[in-house]
Amino acid sequence: MVQERTLPQFQAPAAQITADEGLVLYEDMILGRYFEDKCAEMYYRGKMFGFVHLYNGQEAVSTGVIKALRSDDYVCSTYRDHVHALSAGVPAQNVMAELFGKETGCSRGRGGSMHLFSSEHNLLGGFAFIGEGIPVALGAAFQSRYRKDALKDPSADQVTACFFGDGTTNNGQFFECLNMAALWKLPILFVVENNKWAIGMAHERATSQPEIYKKAAVFGMPGVEVDGMDVMAVRAVAQEAVARARAGEGPTLIEALTYRFRGHSLADPDELRSKAEKEAWLARDPIKRFEAYLLEHSLVDEGALKEIRDRIQTRIDDALTFAEDSPEPSPDDLYKYIFAED
Amino acid sequence: MAETLLFNALREAIDEEMGRDDTVFVLGEDVGVYGGSYKVTKDLYDKYGELRVLDTPIAENSFTGMAVGAAMTGLRPIIEGMNMGFLLLAFNQIANNAGMLRYTSGGNFKIPMVIRGPGGVGRQLGAEHSQRLEAYFQAVPGLKIVACSTPYNAKGLLKAAIRDDNPVLFFEHVLLYNLKEDLPNHEYVVPLDKAEIVRPGKDVTILTYSRMRHHVTQAVKGLEKKGIDPEVIDLISLKPLDFDTIGASIKKTHRVIIVEECMKTGGIGAEIIASINDRYFDELDAPVVRLSSQDIPTPYNGKLETLTIVQPKQIEAAVENMVALNV
Ligand SMILES: Cc1ncc(C[n+]2csc(CCOP(=O)(O)OP(=O)(O)O)c2C)c(N)n1
Repeated sequence: MVQERTLPQFQAPAAQITADEGLVLYEDMILGRYFEDKCAEMYYRGKMFGFVHLYNGQEAVSTGVIKALRSDDYVCSTYRDHVHALSAGVPAQNVMAELFGKETGCSRGRGGSMHLFSSEHNLLGGFAFIGEGIPVALGAAFQSRYRKDALKDPSADQVTACFFGDGTTNNGQFFECLNMAALWKLPILFVVENNKWAIGMAHERATSQPEIYKKAAVFGMPGVEVDGMDVMAVRAVAQEAVARARAGEGPTLIEALTYRFRGHSLADPDELRSKAEKEAWLARDPIKRFEAYLLEHSLVDEGALKEIRDRIQTRIDDALTFAEDSPEPSPDDLYKYIFAED
Repeated sequence: MAETLLFNALREAIDEEMGRDDTVFVLGEDVGVYGGSYKVTKDLYDKYGELRVLDTPIAENSFTGMAVGAAMTGLRPIIEGMNMGFLLLAFNQIANNAGMLRYTSGGNFKIPMVIRGPGGVGRQLGAEHSQRLEAYFQAVPGLKIVACSTPYNAKGLLKAAIRDDNPVLFFEHVLLYNLKEDLPNHEYVVPLDKAEIVRPGKDVTILTYSRMRHHVTQAVKGLEKKGIDPEVIDLISLKPLDFDTIGASIKKTHRVIIVEECMKTGGIGAEIIASINDRYFDELDAPVVRLSSQDIPTPYNGKLETLTIVQPKQIEAAVENMVALNV
C-alpha cells in the first residue's frame, strides 16, 4: 500500500458554528447516507437498475460545499450525483423516483442515476462521462460573469460548484477549464473529491503529481487541500472560496481528501482495496466525527440528533413509497423532450 | 438591395441578432481581436466587447461544453469552429451534452446554441481540413443540422438558428464565403427546416446542399440545352430532412438523384435513400442514384482532390442517363 498522505490539520474549535447550523449540516449528511443505503438495498433486491454509484463516506464534501452556497448558486455533479442533488435541495422523493425510472423523477425518468437534473434547484447534472460536466459548470460560471459585467446586472453574483473525482483530474477538460476559469476570473469552485481510487486505478498509479491542489498554482489559482472527512473543515474552505468567487476574484481548486466506503458502483466487487485501508478510513466516518464534535461542544444533545435520524428515516421511507407508487412515463411521450418545443 | 458577400451576410446576421438580444454572444478561436479566420466576426469585438465576442484558448471540447453550460443557464452562445473539422475534438460535448441533455434532463433544460463555421472540401487544404461533419453528427439525437449555400439563405438561416431554442449545427462552406448576392434591405429570417426549390422541373428531382448546389446549377445549364427539365432542391436542413418538399417532388418526377459532397458510406445520401425507400418506394420509376465523394481522406494533390468530389460533368451525365433510360 502506498503511504497514506497526511491529512491537513483543521482547527475545529476556532470555527464558528451555531447549533442550528450544525443541525442543518448533520441532517444533510444523514439524508445522504440513509438515501444511499436505501439505494443499495433496492439495487440488491432487483428494484433499481443500471450503473449506480454511491457516495457513502464522502458526505462531508457535498454537505460542506453545497451548504455554503446560496439557493440560487449552481451545482454541477458527476455520475456519483445522488447526494449532490439532495444537498442542492432536490427532494429525496424526486431523486428516488428518478432511480426507479418514474415520470415523477427529477429528470422524468429519462435520465436515471447518472443523469440527475433540476432546473428549479440549479442542478446542472448528472454527467456519465468523466470530466464532461466541468466545461458545463464553467459555462454556468461564465454566464454569471457575463450577466454581471456585459449586461451590468449587479444581482448576478451566483457561484458555481463543480464536483469531480481524482481520476478525472487526469482528463484534459480539467486542465482546459482551470485555464479558462483563471483567465476570465470566473466564479467557480472546482471541488476534487479525492477518494484515492478511480474504479480500480489507484490515484498514485495514474497521476504524476498526486497532490492535485498543487496543480492550481500553474494557473495562478488558489489551491487548497482539505480533510474531506471533516465537514467543518470543508465548509470553512468552501466559504472562503465562495466569498472570493462572489467578490469577482475568481476560481478556487479545492482538493478534499476523502474515501468511498462502498465499491465504485453497486456492480463493483471491490476486491482491490485493502482491508487495512478501508478500516483506517471507516474510522474517520464524517458523520460519527461530526456527531462527536456537536456533542463535545455541547451544541446539541443526543436527543436532537436522534430526532433528525428518525425524521430522515421516515423521509427516505416516504421517498421510496412515492417512487414505487409513481407512474412510469407514458409510451406516448417517447419522443418528448428531444427538442425545446416538445 | 445591397450586394453582399456570403461571409458578410453571416456577419450581418450575427450583428443584428446581438443587437436585438443581449444574451447572444460569440465564442471561439480568434473570433474577437482577429475578427474570425474568414472575417465573419470582423469588428464585432470593438462593438460588443470582449465578453460578448470571446476569444477562447484552443480547447475545442471545453469551450463547446462551456457554451452548453451558458446556454442551459440562459445565454445564447454562437460557437465559431475555426474549421468545423476541429469540432471532432468536441464530439463529446456536442453529442452527449448539446444533443442529448434536454432529453436526459427530462425537459429541465434547453440548449439554445449555434455551432457554425467553415467546412467542406476547399482547395488543397489536405484531409483534416476538408471534412464533412454532417455525416458524423447526423446520428446524434437532439441536434438540428443546417447547411447554407447562398448569401441570402446564409443570413436568414443564421438568424433563425440563433433564435432557435435548440442546438443547431450550422455548416458553411469554405469555398462559398466570397459568393455575392443582392440582399434585401429589410430584415428577414429563413426557416431552418424547409428545403429550397432552386429550380422547378418535371423530369427528375436533384437533391443537393451546400456547395454542390452550385455544381448542380452548372450541370443544369447543359441539361437545359439538351431539353431536360430537372427539379433542383437544396435540402438546407440536413436534420430533420424536409420530406414534405422531397416527397412532393418525387410524386411529380418519380426519379431522384442525390448530389452531395459528403462521403458515400454512412452519408446524408445514404440516409435519404433509406427514407425514400421507406416512404415513397411506390412512386419511384428508377432506383435512386447518389453522387457522393469518394470514401477516402481528401488528397492534397489538386487533380486527385478534384476526382474525389463530384463534378458538374458527372452530374450532367448521370441525369442524362437516368432520363434516357426513360423508365
Ligand atoms: C470518458 C469516460 N471514460 C471512462 C469512464 C468509466 N469510468 C466511470 S467512473 C471511472 C473512474 C472515475 O474516478 P474518479 O474521477 O476518481 O471519481 P470517483 O469514481 O472516484 O468518484 C471511470 C474510469 C467514464 N465514465 N467516462
